[in-house]
Amino acid sequence: MEIVAFYIFAAIAVVASLLVVGQRNPMYSVMLLITSFGALAGLYVLLDAPFTAVTQIIIYAGAIMVLFLFVVMLLNVPREEPLAAAAATLVGPTGMRVGAALSVLLGIEMVWALSRYGSVPFDPDFGVEISDVANIGKMLFTQHAFAFEVTSVLILVAMVGAVVLARKEH
Amino acid sequence: MVPYTYYLVLSGILFAIGTAGVFLRRNLITVLLSIEVMLNAVNLMFVSVGRYRGTVDGQIITFFVMTVAAAEAAVGLALVIALFRHRETLSPDAFTSLKW
Amino acid sequence: MLEWLLSWVTPVTVHLALIFIIFNLLVLAAAFMVWMERKVCAYIQDRLGPNRVGYAGWKQPFADVIKLLMKEELRPKAADAMLFSIAPVLSAAAAFAAFSVIPFGTELSLWGYLKEPVPLQIADVNVAVLVIFAITSMGVYGIVLAGWSSNSKYSLLGGLRSSAQMISYELSYGLALGAVIMLSGTLSLRETVMNQSGYWWYVIPKWYIWLQPLGFFIYMCAGVAETNRAPFDFPEAEQELVAGYHTEYSSMSFALFFLAEYVNMVTVSAVATSLYLGGWLGPFLPDWLAWMWFLVKVLALLFFYVWMRWTLPRYRYDQLMEFGWKWLLPMAVLNLLATAALVLWLG
Repeated sequence: MEIVAFYIFAAIAVVASLLVVGQRNPMYSVMLLITSFGALAGLYVLLDAPFTAVTQIIIYAGAIMVLFLFVVMLLNVPREEPLAAAAATLVGPTGMRVGAALSVLLGIEMVWALSRYGSVPFDPDFGVEISDVANIGKMLFTQHAFAFEVTSVLILVAMVGAVVLARKEH
Repeated sequence: MVPYTYYLVLSGILFAIGTAGVFLRRNLITVLLSIEVMLNAVNLMFVSVGRYRGTVDGQIITFFVMTVAAAEAAVGLALVIALFRHRETLSPDAFTSLKW
Repeated sequence: MLEWLLSWVTPVTVHLALIFIIFNLLVLAAAFMVWMERKVCAYIQDRLGPNRVGYAGWKQPFADVIKLLMKEELRPKAADAMLFSIAPVLSAAAAFAAFSVIPFGTELSLWGYLKEPVPLQIADVNVAVLVIFAITSMGVYGIVLAGWSSNSKYSLLGGLRSSAQMISYELSYGLALGAVIMLSGTLSLRETVMNQSGYWWYVIPKWYIWLQPLGFFIYMCAGVAETNRAPFDFPEAEQELVAGYHTEYSSMSFALFFLAEYVNMVTVSAVATSLYLGGWLGPFLPDWLAWMWFLVKVLALLFFYVWMRWTLPRYRYDQLMEFGWKWLLPMAVLNLLATAALVLWLG
């Protein structure tokens, strides 16, 4: 039963990501990426990590993608421009084909390397301790407290930076 | 039960798809979207490794990756808006020289 | 005979039945809200409201639905077909999905016929509060897409404004929820309600609204702003001034937007009752009728919603955003800090 759910979510994630990369309209890309995030949230639930699943929806699908959507709407770029034929080698058609080939090679390599473990199952006892949000809170605020504080400063810097960069110059 | 390797393989596939997107797309926003796909693949791997080892550290790292991704998306999009104002185009080919 | 039938009932069937019942109840609740709104609005304005179709006009929402079903479904030619059709569906789906984790009663065992008692809740997840927050933040997409895909300047502006308002007030919403989570020590809605059982001095129930009055005020303000209602409905009222995000929609798509709005109102009220007003807890009624108390509390909050709409003038958009960022958010942060200090100090 879990395997069926895994395959469904995995199929949705892969197909949606392929379409994000493959299709022309940036608005559709954003919506497809939201679908992909939803599928990943489902996978996190299967991995006994409900807090991460919900955080994924809140932060990624609920905030970051709204930001992307706003920018796409405000810039109002129509479909993608076709590639200029006389572009430099690195960015021209040859460059793109080499890049695509390298990515496919990367994909094959990763699938080969990561499947070398064989069919190792998860330990079902670990699931209970992991899904408890209180544990995450304890670790986050004791062992990783410094990273937590630094992250809040990082977000402040990003906020100020975004406002400054996108400001109209007078 | 789903074996551990299935999640790792899925994460690898998603990462490769994201990388292909960064290479192939001629629209700055879609490049940023592909970077988000890559970050998500990495998150999936962290959570599944955490589940395998029985620690909560995987999820904590995922939490930080998500926050950093949010910050990076915000700054990246601000840059895209600023660039768009100067050149009226979102194609990376238009920004290949250092001078406006 | 009944026992033989019920012996087949597996948990899956019970859950499916529960989902079916709750879905229909939500749709009926939206229809009831349409009627209540018109009647209450009429009495506030010193007139009678619908009273032709059935006694006191109770059949009015059903007549409205039939009228809407028979209208022509329009789509502007330049509109993006897929996004245009998907936007109301997204709105409605998010509205209904958020209700799946709300508990509205204790466990029912149908007097021993069911093999295991069924809690009156579709899914008892232990991160229920965050699930609601997540799904309400998905509701923004329906509005943004509706504004964008209509391909009309006024729709776009209305959609952008409305979604900017929703994401601004989400922050205060989340911080108000955070303060309650600190008090109850758990993210599960059922446990939060159970933590509010009992009485002080045998008379005052131990609800969190007494401990968190400011939090309740912040939550209700943010909830009203999230559902684009009453004093915060400038993006909708643009319809009276210029146009809103659902101008280009007609017939059932329009009905879906309004269904989504009413169901969102019901969800916000239901979450407020669970977190602040003690859910289904109340004196006198036996356990298996406890959902009636829940209903009474939710109805009280919904009446309050309708009352606010027809009594208060609406905020202008910049006043609205200023209130959300400069007043409500600092208040929510202070509330959180004060709650944290008190919880630490009083243990």
